[in-house]
Amino acid sequence: MITLERRPQPSRAWSYLSPLLAVIVTMIVGGLVFAALGKPPVEAIRTIFWDPLFGDFASYFRPQLLVKAAPLILIAIGLSFGFRAGIWNIGAEGQYIMGALFGAGLALAFYPSEARWLVFPLMIVAGTLGGLIWAMIPGLLRVYFRTNEILVSLMLVYVADFLLDAMALGLLRNPDGMGFPGSRNLQQYPAAHNAELIANTGMHWGVIAAFFAVVAAYILLSRHIFGFNVRLAGQSPRAAAFAGVSADKMVLICLGLSGALAGMAGMFEVAGPSGQVLASFNVGYGFTAIIVAFLGRLHPVGILLAGFLMALTYIGGELAQMNLQLPRSAIQLFQGMLLFFLLAVDVMTNFRIRFGRQKVA
Amino acid sequence: MDLSSINPLLLLASLMVASTPILLAALGELVVERAGVLNLGVEGMMITGAACGIIFSTLTGNAWLGFAGAALGGLMLSFLFAVLTQVLLSNQVATGLALTLFGLGLSALLGQSFADARPPAFPKLDIPILSDLPVLGPVLFRHDGMVYIGLLLVVAVWYFLSRTRAGLVLRAVGENHEAAHALGYRVVLIRFGAIMFGGACAGLGGAYISLVRVPQWTEGMTAGAGWIALAIVVFAGWKPLRLLLGAYLFGGVTVLQLNLQAAGLAIPVEYLSMSPYVATILVLVILAAGRAPGSLGKTFHASR
Repeated sequence: MITLERRPQPSRAWSYLSPLLAVIVTMIVGGLVFAALGKPPVEAIRTIFWDPLFGDFASYFRPQLLVKAAPLILIAIGLSFGFRAGIWNIGAEGQYIMGALFGAGLALAFYPSEARWLVFPLMIVAGTLGGLIWAMIPGLLRVYFRTNEILVSLMLVYVADFLLDAMALGLLRNPDGMGFPGSRNLQQYPAAHNAELIANTGMHWGVIAAFFAVVAAYILLSRHIFGFNVRLAGQSPRAAAFAGVSADKMVLICLGLSGALAGMAGMFEVAGPSGQVLASFNVGYGFTAIIVAFLGRLHPVGILLAGFLMALTYIGGELAQMNLQLPRSAIQLFQGMLLFFLLAVDVMTNFRIRFGRQKVA
Repeated sequence: MDLSSINPLLLLASLMVASTPILLAALGELVVERAGVLNLGVEGMMITGAACGIIFSTLTGNAWLGFAGAALGGLMLSFLFAVLTQVLLSNQVATGLALTLFGLGLSALLGQSFADARPPAFPKLDIPILSDLPVLGPVLFRHDGMVYIGLLLVVAVWYFLSRTRAGLVLRAVGENHEAAHALGYRVVLIRFGAIMFGGACAGLGGAYISLVRVPQWTEGMTAGAGWIALAIVVFAGWKPLRLLLGAYLFGGVTVLQLNLQAAGLAIPVEYLSMSPYVATILVLVILAAGRAPGSLGKTFHASR
């Protein structure tokens, strides 16, 4: 007879171990899936996790790591506050799109300005604001109408997605684009281009923002009363209410924060690596960031590491697609599996396994 | 724009077809939530059902077997959810999200070699006398079997929840799992059953999209239908008969915007396509929800 017994306190060791264990189990099961698809499992795993970092063309892939990790980390840091407090913003993808639309829209409104000192900072503000506004919709609706923020924020992803299509074909379409969909390329617009700061490193302003967010979140969570309130609201909403933490305010702040960071990530992406407002602009960073947040145990440093790991699966996945003809969906499955195993292994953090029948006290 | 091209009778008839996938999925989720479990993986189970439906129906050449396979696919995915949330006591919200992400990847992988497959035709019923009735005939009685199975399931779930002892036990588990446990009911076992029923229903709903509504396989084809199903459960106040109203309301918006697109309304297609999602949000805002089951979303661990 195997029973679970609640630990008096969550195990520290297991809270560090379980993400690692989840990654290993995912690699093994993922390898089995790849084998079932008729691909060499060990080679596939090596292509995804090793080759982008240390393989033959690693110098080409390493910069991509920062480019892909930055939006994931930026979004996941924002989400982690809400997730800790039991406020579920799962519409980061929509806020990311809105940030990109606001940022690009502002840049294009100034076209062809040369005042980078004016345009670029304003773009950051606009992008942040775009995500913030989009996240405030579920926030305000929850506070004033008690609607469920999970459903509203998710519905708004689809709305934002259609809005992106409409903008790429309509308002923001390149007037000199000979009728092709998509906006002007911001990479060719120096005042708005979020360029690489150091050549061949992938380092752009969004990466700096992501690192800054990690540090700020760490200080906020461990040293500031707000971080304490967030943790309190998540662990014991009643205690938080007695301590004078306004639940409504918490909803607005957490949703606003995550929306603002997601919007900022979207703006940096559209102005830099992506360059254009296109229907295919969003690639699911907003959803993958949910995995990143959990894999990083909702802790800023953990999220930093998890962000790099997930970025690696994106890059390695593309590589495996090219070299081994591994379908793109296999990588998606792989990422989903990772979250599954993490949640499964997590039981060890809060419970311990007892073998044998317990004596009746 | 030519609004006269919209035939109101056809509109009503296609409304029943358009709302069936959401009705099926929402019905399953309603039972799950009445048992006190919040499964946010409906979208993932639906899309997996859609893929399984295509695979089984093309391989066997029988649409009914396709639906059976889809129900099985949804059920197996929900079994994973049940093991994680009921045995390994994971957070239900996070696990549901994981299920959706996992299901999207899994379905894309399963369905990729069936992209060109055309599922076998699913015959519409021709009920003698009834389908020849003027007005009512084409609107109500000339659909395929799944539409009626969906309606029958609504009545069956209503009867089960409100008129049978087993339904009462299930609701007790959902309202207060500690009390139900103290009375000797097998909370975890009952929840396993409810979750798997929900998975099978979601699978059926997904297969209805890929086998009847579209009918072919494209990645991500459920396009949020699972999330709308979740919203409709809230809208219905966890009551099966109100669920029907919610599903038809949503189906109506979907069909109407598709007809307006076809009629060439002077609004870009993208804005019309948004309308079902915006309507769902509005419905959530305007209609104050009923009371949620007391133990909804809480983890149950029988400590002694």
